[in-house]
Amino acid sequence: MTWEIEIDPQLCMASGSCAAIAPDLFVLDGAHARPPHDRIEEDERALDAADVCPAMAITVRAAGKVLGPRP
Amino acid sequence: MTTADTAPLSYPFNVAESLDLSDAYEQVRNSPGLLKVQLTYGEPAWLVTRYAEARFVLGDQRFSRAESANHDEPRQSEGRRDSGILGMDPPDHTRLRTLVAKAFTVRQVEKLRPQVRQLTHELLDELEAAGPPADLVDRYALPIPVAVICRLLGVPEQDRPKFRAWSDAALSTSSLTAEEFDANRDELRAYMGQLIEEHRRAPRDDLMTALIDARDTGDRLSELELVDLCVGILVAGHETTATQIPNFVLALLDHPDQLSLLRERPELIGGAVEELLRFVPLGSGAGQARYATEDIDVGGTLVRAGTPVLVAVGAANRDALRFDAPGTLNITRTGNQHLGFGHGVHHCLGAPLARLELQEAIGALITRFPKLQVAGDIEWKTQMLVRGPRVLPVGW
Repeated sequence: MTWEIEIDPQLCMASGSCAAIAPDLFVLDGAHARPPHDRIEEDERALDAADVCPAMAITVRAAGKVLGPRP
Repeated sequence: MTTADTAPLSYPFNVAESLDLSDAYEQVRNSPGLLKVQLTYGEPAWLVTRYAEARFVLGDQRFSRAESANHDEPRQSEGRRDSGILGMDPPDHTRLRTLVAKAFTVRQVEKLRPQVRQLTHELLDELEAAGPPADLVDRYALPIPVAVICRLLGVPEQDRPKFRAWSDAALSTSSLTAEEFDANRDELRAYMGQLIEEHRRAPRDDLMTALIDARDTGDRLSELELVDLCVGILVAGHETTATQIPNFVLALLDHPDQLSLLRERPELIGGAVEELLRFVPLGSGAGQARYATEDIDVGGTLVRAGTPVLVAVGAANRDALRFDAPGTLNITRTGNQHLGFGHGVHHCLGAPLARLELQEAIGALITRFPKLQVAGDIEWKTQMLVRGPRVLPVGW
């Protein structure tokens, strides 16, 4: 199953948490973090990153359904 | 690339009785490569002072906090501090952080704003009733974050004198022996253990109960991790904010033009707090060394695997390569990505809460007292990891 990662640049506070957890899924090379690939294979670390983001700026979806941040 | 083995410089540079950033940092920042420094205890370390390298080291997984347990970690006191979650790497760190992260997100914390605002008004009413001079630390700066973290976590506010002493010792850099460190930690753990048992018997709507549930029904953390996480949240949840409130007041009083601008335009408080976080170097010096897990080039210096790196965020926050006029306090500064809360996996968990508390505390204080001033001798904290007044007499 393919997952989609979205980062809201309005919310991102560039804490770098996501890039530190999964540097291949998230990069912070500008003012805000971004996913180098919008679509990824299932990867628990993407949900971890969404969970710990202090700004709640990361959304992970599968087929339009929100998987992370987890409730 | 340099790997020169010159004699390490004695560190930390900052003096305790002021909020100034030591001039030594500017010289180090402008010199190529990294500087080797020696703290009172532990092995020598590389010191990072520039913004780009600070972000790099704090954000790159090849630098490990957990490795410090296997080395003679650079430190200011003989005893070794138990850093809890701050001493962990992913995935252990992620597992624990995930459990508490939700309670401290911007969205969650924003719900507390009305409570915090009301608290500041009540404390200011009490101050006004008591009359000047008053100690801003004891009567305002401490009660705000203590009350908030106690309610959030589920710790009785009236126990403040008790955990205040433990928390002071936990952040002390005086030469506590290993035994004294341990004794203090054990007391704090016993206190928290008892609170956890009470919560187990009578669950409440607080973070401690949620963590107990994660342990008892989800088995997502050990009992000791549960205790230490609660201890860590309690200590980290008030000490730094309580210290920065008087620090920010002093910095604003020191810059009357910025203070009057903020009084004229209270809507600037968000940016003002960010700028103060950048401008005021809270720490006595860099700590929490990161150990390179492989040979890595950092700013032209080859850091060998197994070598510790210290990141001086206070110095990085004044790096002219990143910030225009870095030595100027400018509350209207934009694009202010300071490192006051750190960076990377250990980026301050409570940053949204600290921001909110600082905004409310500073905003309410300067609005209520247009003639706020220092009214007596400042007594500084000494031999602490954080700098700031222990007693700040103010008048209005």
